[in-house]
Amino acid sequence: MNLMEYQGKELFRRAGIPVPSGAHCGTAEDAAAFVAGNPGDWVVKAQVLVGGRGKAGGIKFASTPEEARARANEILQLVIKNRQNPQGEPVRSLLVEAKLPIAKEAYCAIAIDRTTKRPVVMVSKFGGMDIEEVAEQHPESIAKFFVNTAIGYSPFIGRTLAFAAGLDAGYRKQLPGILAGLYDLFFKYGAKLVEINPLVLTSDGHVFASDAKVELDDDALYKNPEFKVWQQTLPLDADETLATQAGLGIRNFRRFDGNVGTMANGAGLAMGTMDAVRNAGGNFANFLDVGGGANAERVRSCYELIVNHTGAKSLFINIFGGITRCDEVAKGIVEALETTKSRKIPLVIRLTGTNEELGRKILADAGMTPVETMDEGAAAAVGLTQ
Amino acid sequence: MSIYLDKNSKIIVQGITGAEGSYHTGRMLAYGTEIVGGVTPGKGGRTTEHGLPVFDTVKQAVDATGATLTCIFVPPPFAADALYEAYDAGIALAICITEGVPVHDMLQVVGATPGMRIIGPNCPGLISPGKASVGIMPGHVFKEGGVGLISRSGTLTYEVVDLLTRAGLGQSTCVGIGGDPIIGTTFVDCLREFANDPQTEAIVLCGEIGGSDEEDAAAFIAEHLPEKPVVAFIGGRNAPPGKSLGHAGAIISGKFGTPQSKIAAFQAAGVPVADRPSQIPALLAARLAAKV
Repeated sequence: MNLMEYQGKELFRRAGIPVPSGAHCGTAEDAAAFVAGNPGDWVVKAQVLVGGRGKAGGIKFASTPEEARARANEILQLVIKNRQNPQGEPVRSLLVEAKLPIAKEAYCAIAIDRTTKRPVVMVSKFGGMDIEEVAEQHPESIAKFFVNTAIGYSPFIGRTLAFAAGLDAGYRKQLPGILAGLYDLFFKYGAKLVEINPLVLTSDGHVFASDAKVELDDDALYKNPEFKVWQQTLPLDADETLATQAGLGIRNFRRFDGNVGTMANGAGLAMGTMDAVRNAGGNFANFLDVGGGANAERVRSCYELIVNHTGAKSLFINIFGGITRCDEVAKGIVEALETTKSRKIPLVIRLTGTNEELGRKILADAGMTPVETMDEGAAAAVGLTQ
Repeated sequence: MSIYLDKNSKIIVQGITGAEGSYHTGRMLAYGTEIVGGVTPGKGGRTTEHGLPVFDTVKQAVDATGATLTCIFVPPPFAADALYEAYDAGIALAICITEGVPVHDMLQVVGATPGMRIIGPNCPGLISPGKASVGIMPGHVFKEGGVGLISRSGTLTYEVVDLLTRAGLGQSTCVGIGGDPIIGTTFVDCLREFANDPQTEAIVLCGEIGGSDEEDAAAFIAEHLPEKPVVAFIGGRNAPPGKSLGHAGAIISGKFGTPQSKIAAFQAAGVPVADRPSQIPALLAARLAAKV
């Protein structure tokens, strides 16, 4: 679960990381009232999960209540898009925050390194730009430290990184403390990523987290019940909403432009099924993992999801039973076709593994014949769209 | 031979009286696996429906049965504790099937249990065909033979194994290492074992987008595995960047974790990469023939 900037900064505050003063505002009136009560120079920032809000006009300056109202109104009308989220995300709220006198911008983050199986603390003197661009253009500029979890964070790590990254001397005293706070919240709240970009050094020598990116581990949300409440405030994109409605995990369904629907059990096989459709010269309409142990009801809701919400002209159901039992899936397919009010599209079914014979018999009784292999099934499903 | 698991491995099941634990214990026994008991705190002294003794603690189970392997089926909030208990009891190999274990729990566990091998979490387990199966793999698609297989995915593993078996290529050991970001055993760990296993004549490596385990594996193969033929496959080649498709680990971010980077790494190591699973048996057969 990715947090909004204002939520990330709430965690930063708890961890003692300095953030600019400000207020989270739901309306332009709230923004104007806040600025009226707190004269000064302010930044009005769109609160969205999608990246690239600055370029999209989602960050503006205001020094009077009138300006704050006008800028807030402009920003609240935006739908911010990028390559990964072409439908875009409407701006629902704002963060009004003190404008900082910026002298320098740096970068710091803590993530999980799969290779060393340790948290990795990263610092770079290139702040305020996309870190993947930095990694590409100046890979040597990102200083890294892999933390031994038995020791945890210790201030020498921050000192080492500040020197290794060649940060401006103004950062040196404050960085170890900021990283201590960052590690603390990374650990305490079970984050997969915490990132400050940019980490601002002001002209009067103070260091502030000017932005906050926090990705929490969905599997650890149960440890902090308040996050369940936060989760309900976060926007799901259209695919995630549909997945939830069908009883799937939010990552188990995604739509694409093609016309061959796919349904498989297990993410690996589901991705493999998409690859097979592409190999057969077709274009897949979706990714769908029905999950382990899928039963008849789940299969039916997934069938309806694909038929009603994708451009599928045919559907390839590819099941390899491990935990999932083929007879349950077969029952679901037959039931879906018998009871659905949705339109019907031609199906190609591949069913093998646990209780395969029972599953094939159920299909045969309903007049359906499964194919033998994944390649064969993909080719048949592609053929049915033409 | 085989790796990690053979006919004489004595295994206990943590969470043996739960629905999943009980069902899969039955299937493992049916495959001929030597399950010697199980653990469910508070149910010690009972006997399972399979006639196995239940213990309150892993230590009691190990003392009574001499087990060295454990298969863990407990719910996610208790997985780390189960692994620590296994470590404390001197277990050598813990296979954690549980899906949804917090990634920070695993960071702590892998850092604190040196000397115990962990496979998983979020994995289908492992099988040495004809000898024993630990986990949830459908035993009937496997066949004993000389191909070692390592995979990050469950169902895709079955797919590949089914193709190998139909092509007459049996398997020495198949390890489902799991799809999570932090896992106990990586491709490289398994490759090291397969390198020294006389039964394993060739290796199939089923990777996936995301992370850099495949790139690490390619580097290891180039340096340490010149004699054994290896064939690779990368799942999710058509996945879009930035979006996680199902597996927590399967996400492309920036230039890292892309299929292109993985395929290039394998090709540089002299490892052919199959475009689709159905090409794996022929690629493998060709590599084996070239060796002779």
